[in-house]
Amino acid sequence: MQAFLDIFDIYLLEAVVNGILLGGVLALLALGLNLIFGVIDVTWICYAELVMIGMYGMYYMVQVFGLPYWVAAPFAILLVAALGALLHYLVIEPLLTAPPINQLLATGGVLFILQSFATVAFGIDFRNLGIRLPVLAIGEMHFSYSRLLAFIAALLGMLAVYFFMTRTYTGTAIRAISQDRQIMPLMGVDTRRIYLITSALGGALAGLAACLLVLQYDVHPFVGLSFGPITFLICVLGGLGNFVGGFIAAFVFAEIISLGGLFSDLEWGYVLAFAFFIVMMFIRPAGLFARRS
Amino acid sequence: MNPRHVAWAVGLAALVALPFVYREPYHLHILVLILIWSFAYTAWSIMGRFGLVSLGHGGFMGVGAYVTALLWNHLGVSPWIGIPVSMVAAGILALIVAYPCFRFRITGHYFVLVTLALSGIVLQVITATRDYTGGSLGYTPNRAPSGHGLMALQFDSKTTWYLIALGIWLLGLLVWRWVDRSMSRYAMEAISEDEDAAAAAGVNVTAEKLKITLISALMTALAGALYCQYQMFISPDTVSGIAVSLQMVFAAIVGGLYVSFGPTVGAIITIMLAEVLRIRFGTGAVGWDNLVYGLLLVLFIIFLPKGILGSVLDRLKPQPKKA
Repeated sequence: MQAFLDIFDIYLLEAVVNGILLGGVLALLALGLNLIFGVIDVTWICYAELVMIGMYGMYYMVQVFGLPYWVAAPFAILLVAALGALLHYLVIEPLLTAPPINQLLATGGVLFILQSFATVAFGIDFRNLGIRLPVLAIGEMHFSYSRLLAFIAALLGMLAVYFFMTRTYTGTAIRAISQDRQIMPLMGVDTRRIYLITSALGGALAGLAACLLVLQYDVHPFVGLSFGPITFLICVLGGLGNFVGGFIAAFVFAEIISLGGLFSDLEWGYVLAFAFFIVMMFIRPAGLFARRS
Repeated sequence: MNPRHVAWAVGLAALVALPFVYREPYHLHILVLILIWSFAYTAWSIMGRFGLVSLGHGGFMGVGAYVTALLWNHLGVSPWIGIPVSMVAAGILALIVAYPCFRFRITGHYFVLVTLALSGIVLQVITATRDYTGGSLGYTPNRAPSGHGLMALQFDSKTTWYLIALGIWLLGLLVWRWVDRSMSRYAMEAISEDEDAAAAAGVNVTAEKLKITLISALMTALAGALYCQYQMFISPDTVSGIAVSLQMVFAAIVGGLYVSFGPTVGAIITIMLAEVLRIRFGTGAVGWDNLVYGLLLVLFIIFLPKGILGSVLDRLKPQPKKA
């Protein structure tokens, strides 16, 4: 019995730590989505598909053109940032005055476009970078370096966004717009430019997530579906546009998925997370950290 | 008998008579698909027209199709019982997700994202229970022994399926009409304008929204089950998941969300588009149909948000009644 408990605890601990590591990347994704929503008041349904394109970018640069990972990563981030800005310029801007639901559905159309573009251009094969990072063993627990790296890089990315938002003029303008959309143009802020920058920033975060996820998962045109829905749940639970809420919710969800996956398949972890989400909606309908108005 | 009724009667008679005069199996097959999907798109629009944009309908459709097929294959339950059971299952799922949403005023973006996650989760469950559902490889209902086709709701004749699909399509239009003329419509329109004002005016916001969602989910599950019975093959990607949900939105918006025949026009356009692409490009068309869908969806939302039929009807009516 004692031996059984020991083994059990180690697996449990490993799952908990892996959950925390997963949470870092999910928090990064949630941050990007929250940023877009908080500032432009638009939800990019196709956010996970931007990540997918970024992953393909990494695949082609590393596997086909033979660039080292560290050189390819900034290019991938730039690529997705440009895509984000383009998405805003082509799709969102013409719809800024339309009902919000229309903007959201239009990005749904973009989801279709990106998925089928990837199918047409890259085929439906699963591809990976072929980079195998070593596994870190602490005691009897095993953690892959790719997850550790993803966690650290995600935290650094979020820290960078934090400093950008608090220490620069543009960042301050972005935060100001998210507080009052009407007044800021009157105060001499060019909202069009700020929206574009925000979209590019959101895209860049998706690009960073792509660079990290491509180390852990094979890329295929529908890979976005495996973490897209969970990102949306995180954002809703944390409160759309609420950065801190999204951050914490990401870790809560990651733990549920990781621990659920410990006892059963990973897919059931997702189902468990969804069930948890429904229960939470009964308890805290406006998100985990909603301020009572 | 005003001209409108005459037009209806003639049109209906022509549609019923069609398979007895015209027997080209491929064209009948396309017509059956159009009718079944029209029904599904109508189901979506019944709630979508009131601003309740759901991306969870792929989930309801998947539940309808898979529960029916699983009951038949594993327990030998006839689809005549299996379809109602699957509809009830989809209805319960809809209530579980929708009740907290409506009770706690989760609207707009939030509602879309929650329902989006729902269809993603149904897809995950179907994939996760691959021992029973065949996972992403798809699933085929067992063939009934010959002579038991009626009991198993399996027919070889395209004509039979055409008539069933036609009946279902008419049912969809009747439900639309019924909702259109009920008090619920006024309540829902008030809610979609301003929930607080509607509640203050005595509308039971939660109950009205739940009612319309339930109707929509039940119809969608029925569409999924029939699709499964007709095609005799379902896979998670064709009857559930986010892509199917978005496809419904696309068809409804392209056809016209606010008119009863809009979803039907949407189904005709989307299915013809997919077929034309498939015939033109063969297997090379994989992905292209969705690429065109996506582009059209974006263009329609930007330039023609009322859809084709909606915009045409607006043109024909110089002074439209206040919508």
